[in-house]
Amino acid sequence: MWCGGAIAQDALEHPDWQGKGFAPNVPDHPLREIISGLAFRTHETKAMQSDDFNNPGFLAVEEGAALWSKVDGAAGKSCASCHQEAVQSMKGVRASMPKWDEKQKKPVNLEQRINICRSENMKAEPWKFGSPELTAMTTYVGHQSRGTPVSVRTDGPMKPWFDRGRQLFYDRVGQLDMSCANCHEKNYGKFLRADFVSQGQTNGFPTYRLQTQRLVPLHERFQGCMFDVRADPYKPLSDEFLALELYIAWRGLGLPVETPAVRN
Amino acid sequence: MRREAALSAAVIAVIFTAPGRLPAVAQGAAAPSAGVAPIAPALLAVKVVEENGVPGVPQALTEKPGDPQAGAKVAVDRRLGNCLGCHQISALGNEQFHGEVGPSLDGAATRWTVPQLRMIVVDPKKIFSDETVMPSFYRVGGPGRVRPEFQGKPILTAQQVEDLVAFLAAQK
Ligand code: HEC
Ligand code: HEC
Repeated sequence: MWCGGAIAQDALEHPDWQGKGFAPNVPDHPLREIISGLAFRTHETKAMQSDDFNNPGFLAVEEGAALWSKVDGAAGKSCASCHQEAVQSMKGVRASMPKWDEKQKKPVNLEQRINICRSENMKAEPWKFGSPELTAMTTYVGHQSRGTPVSVRTDGPMKPWFDRGRQLFYDRVGQLDMSCANCHEKNYGKFLRADFVSQGQTNGFPTYRLQTQRLVPLHERFQGCMFDVRADPYKPLSDEFLALELYIAWRGLGLPVETPAVRN
Repeated sequence: MRREAALSAAVIAVIFTAPGRLPAVAQGAAAPSAGVAPIAPALLAVKVVEENGVPGVPQALTEKPGDPQAGAKVAVDRRLGNCLGCHQISALGNEQFHGEVGPSLDGAATRWTVPQLRMIVVDPKKIFSDETVMPSFYRVGGPGRVRPEFQGKPILTAQQVEDLVAFLAAQK
């Protein structure tokens, strides 16, 4: 059904998500407790995520690592030519995305930042959203922030984007007339036909989804949730999804990055 | 505690008139790019009557009486009512995965009259509040960005609504 689908294993076990989060340390936060989507999954799924040898998302981490030092484009460079060791240079990057980009005059997320480097610094073709390359690189770079608390900026030029994102989060859309908040603020922790709904946090992305057996980038997840309420989804990397990504990152301030997380 | 229905009942709205062409703006979505407004299917007029302050739809939407067994199927089917997605229903105990988002529907007919049950299925916002997460199953318009194939259409047909109402009326 809507968002998720039948994962029988999760239906058999009520997740013990209560008390697994922390109180937000900003005023006027809509959540009493900020909780990772991981807390709403089964012991089995949690175990799979926490064991790097069993976490299928690590295939993409390895692919990304190989691409990191692969020369591509007219400038004859690889990512490593400019950034050397990702373990050091990319630490914490994912946790602060989306970030204001002075040149573009808008916030950019990790996928977009990677493609800016490809076209401007490597003189290479940008990778398509959803391509195995872009998702693998996003996963590899994201993974270097594992454990770093999410800490996006929402002030200054980010403020209108933040406000737009908040509006989108509460907008009711689609034939089913539902908002993100209807499920992820009002009803997290509850069983919705075939799945336990989480807070819709973004700290695990790209996530390995057991249902599709591949890594799913964040904006694809957004599209899926909109599609399932019979709404016409916004496009990946659109201004709308950028704003939504920023706003939801703020809802999860302080959550540790889990990339690559494992979810249903 | 229903007083003489005929006296206290006031027709408060006719929410749908049928059949007809629905203005694209009613969908709140961007106008279809092809420039063709979607044609609304034959939506039947739904007459909302308030009784003791609670809105209801006393008139059945179809001449054919609702069939509770067909209604049970509508309640289960994920492409139709998907009521089970949010509600627990003991009468459908052989089905797996009853949702927890809404209350149990056991005994619904003891809490609501048939016109109210019909109102809840047609447009629960009228009974609960605009904030309810429960979708309106026989209403067109309101939300934005409806996927093109669903534009101008209610989630359920009039007959499916009646079947569901018959099923709910049996939950005593
Ligand atoms: C009808 C209910 C529903 C609506 C409406 C909905 N979602 Fe979801 N969403 C789910 C379910 C079910 C899942 C899978 C379980 C989970 O991880 O929460 C999910 C998962 C997610 C996840 C993944 C969370 C993780 O930890 O991996 C994100 C992010 C998300 N939704 C964002 C959104 C956004 C943004 C919107 C609005 C545009 C939205 N959702 C609307 C039900 C919904
Ligand atoms: C997305 C969730 C959702 C879906 C799907 C849904 N409902 Fe509901 N329903 C609710 C909620 C929540 C309430 C409680 C009212 C409120 O708090 O908004 C409710 C209340 C009700 C009530 C009154 C409950 C009582 O006995 O007091 C009835 C009857 C009902 N729903 C029937 C249905 C039927 C029939 C369907 C399918 C056609 C359905 N619902 C689908 C969420 C849902």
